[in-house]
Amino acid sequence: MKPRSKRLVLVGGGVALLVAAVALVLNAFQQNLVFFHTPTEVAAGKAPSGKTFRIGGLVEVGSIQREADGITVRFAVTDTARTIPVAYRGTLPDLFKEGKGAVVQGRLESDGTFRATEVLAKHDENYMPPEAAHAVEQAHKAGATVKQ
Amino acid sequence: MIPELGHFALVLALVLALVQAVVPMIGASRNRLALMAVGRPAAQGQFFFVAFAFACLTWAFVTSDFSVEYVALHSNTATPLYYRITGVWGSHEGSLLLWALVLAVWTVAVTVFSRHLPDVFLARVLGVLGWISVGFLAFMLVTSNPFERLLPGAPEGRDLNPLLQDPGMIIHPPLLYMGYVGFSVAFAFAIAALLSGRMDAAWARWSRPWTTVAWVFLTAGIAVGSGWAYYELGWGGWWFWDPVENASFMPWLLGTALIHSLAVTEKRGAFRSWTVLLAIGAFSLSLLGTFLVRSGVITSVHAFATDPKRGLFILFLLVVVIGVSLLLYAWRAPRLSGGGSFAFVSRETALLGNNVLLSVASASVLLGTLYPLFLDALGMGKISVGPPYFEAVFVPLMTPVVVLMMFGPFLRWKGDTLGPVVRRVAPAFVASVAIGVGTAFAIGHVTPRTVLGLALAAWVVLASLQQLLARLGERAGASSAARLRGLPSAWWGMWLAHLGVGVFIIGVSLVGSLQQNLDVKMKEGQRAELAGYTFVFRGVQDAPGPNYDAARATLDVSRGGVAIATLQPEKRLYRAQGMPMTEAALDIGPFRDVYVSLGEQLPDGSWIVSLYFKPFISWIWLGCTLMALGGIFAAADRRYRKLAERRAPAAAARQAA
Repeated sequence: MKPRSKRLVLVGGGVALLVAAVALVLNAFQQNLVFFHTPTEVAAGKAPSGKTFRIGGLVEVGSIQREADGITVRFAVTDTARTIPVAYRGTLPDLFKEGKGAVVQGRLESDGTFRATEVLAKHDENYMPPEAAHAVEQAHKAGATVKQ
Repeated sequence: MIPELGHFALVLALVLALVQAVVPMIGASRNRLALMAVGRPAAQGQFFFVAFAFACLTWAFVTSDFSVEYVALHSNTATPLYYRITGVWGSHEGSLLLWALVLAVWTVAVTVFSRHLPDVFLARVLGVLGWISVGFLAFMLVTSNPFERLLPGAPEGRDLNPLLQDPGMIIHPPLLYMGYVGFSVAFAFAIAALLSGRMDAAWARWSRPWTTVAWVFLTAGIAVGSGWAYYELGWGGWWFWDPVENASFMPWLLGTALIHSLAVTEKRGAFRSWTVLLAIGAFSLSLLGTFLVRSGVITSVHAFATDPKRGLFILFLLVVVIGVSLLLYAWRAPRLSGGGSFAFVSRETALLGNNVLLSVASASVLLGTLYPLFLDALGMGKISVGPPYFEAVFVPLMTPVVVLMMFGPFLRWKGDTLGPVVRRVAPAFVASVAIGVGTAFAIGHVTPRTVLGLALAAWVVLASLQQLLARLGERAGASSAARLRGLPSAWWGMWLAHLGVGVFIIGVSLVGSLQQNLDVKMKEGQRAELAGYTFVFRGVQDAPGPNYDAARATLDVSRGGVAIATLQPEKRLYRAQGMPMTEAALDIGPFRDVYVSLGEQLPDGSWIVSLYFKPFISWIWLGCTLMALGGIFAAADRRYRKLAERRAPAAAARQAA
């Protein structure tokens, strides 16, 4: 090959590789985004059905219940306006408590229960998951506008 | 008094950093030796004062001086002494001080080990490092003074975050910072080269050992952090694609690319501007990592800053560093064109391919880490990008990297013919595919990912052996021990690090395919079975620690009637913050870990227990250890020590050919 065509092959190959890689990345990105919804949005039917998403808010006081197997937990997540029942099978994080903030990831079942695959709580006593804080704040804002 | 001395020492260090940043640079541009010579003592003096300040803060922690706000917030009289000392870098202010200290250590190392560098070049390197130091010391003094007084002093401290009270956390931050900050040396070399317009093989040869050592520290730091997450968080996972993990992984990926690109620049004089760009990129990502982790934009155990000023300051620093260096690059890089030409089939092409893939991988992590932050900042909704995205991207991107990684060393520099090389590696390649498929069937877990992982691991191991045999075959005659010793240290470094990747893949693939987990409710005397192991719950006792109360469970683990271990996981409640913590218990073995963590107590008196069976998980860290060891071998190569005598790029090129 002449040097010129050699360079063409090299540059062309590099560009093709890069395009393929970028296409792969963007495709994977598109398919794996997890959106966040507040309990109010979920109650209003704005959350996607059959897709994984996150909800956040406070764990409603008095809502934590264990099923007979001891492993499955049911609790409710509230943004103080609306409440979503959640079912989760597994070990809860150390700082998961009633009345405290939590974020759960999972899918919405047809009966309206949120089946969680992951429960995130905070890392120390002072800190509230920002999604949970956001949800409560949104509900407060919405509540304020209704009252006016 | 002592905290004030520490504060004052920091101010003096800042003044010296300014001197180090300005005077040698002026000297270099005017070619005045006297001015250039200021750099070395200024850097060493700065090191002295930063180390003094660090000692002062440590002293305040050791003596529990709660009239210092930072100490009051992160220590407690009941905290054990070693966690009081590590509390120094347990939060924002102190970890910045550690950053500054590590930078000073690296700078002093440059002044000590770079006697052979031309004066002008060394002056510029020290000048660039001085500017970085000015940025960080000013940041600390303006927004995050660790010596801030709390008057009147608190009677008792709030204690260090219990998650950080762990041996892994003693060494993780210093190692990681040695890595992060170490890239500032590679960056300073690149900027100095851009300023001098000198960017030849000799420059790459000066820069290489520094970059490799920084990479070794970063590798070790990430590995220790991942080990900590594995046994401390109590979920049995070793990598979560958490933004803070990504923050350290991005500079690692780009740093890996940089090491390889530097090799090409040193041996062949090619890829010069690409190498400079990678050096700028690796350091910028280190800064970005510091910003992401420390500014509070990401909430995690690492994020401390509640003050938005701090985030802004780091962001400003980041913009200045990236902006100025890219401008300089745009201005100077056109002069760098040229370098050794190479054919399509050559080792250079293989390394170029790996460089591109590693950079794309790094960019994909950047995208997944930053995109949610951007959306949030713009008020366009909250999203998260989890492990599925990163796994979907990483497997296809890293597969060709691993294939090329073992193929490249068989190719000659400059040009080679594909046919004979392919014929040489074909047996190993075919055998790897067979081993991948065969092993997947043998372990009864035939998924594409398992087959791919095992085949790649086999490919790395087989090709490594073939490379070793080929190198030994080149020196016929001598005894095999003599032939082994005759191989250069740098070659052993490459070989070990690549083999480490193979060992790492074995661990990742097997633990991913074969791990088992069971959450069960257990009462005293009850048993559970997992993966052929029997766990008998022997009850829970109180086990108070120095600054916590704990419930300690005892489980007897046996297999086929043979007792294997007694595991004692704990549920702790740290008194000062009232924070609960799970402390898992592990039986670590070369081929499997058995991992038990204690959940909560149920009203009927039984406990939730999580049992994990983790085959080959230690191989993940064994692989990282081999990679780091490889880096040490590579950096210790004799030719770097003979630097002073041989400088000509021609000599380097001749030696390579």
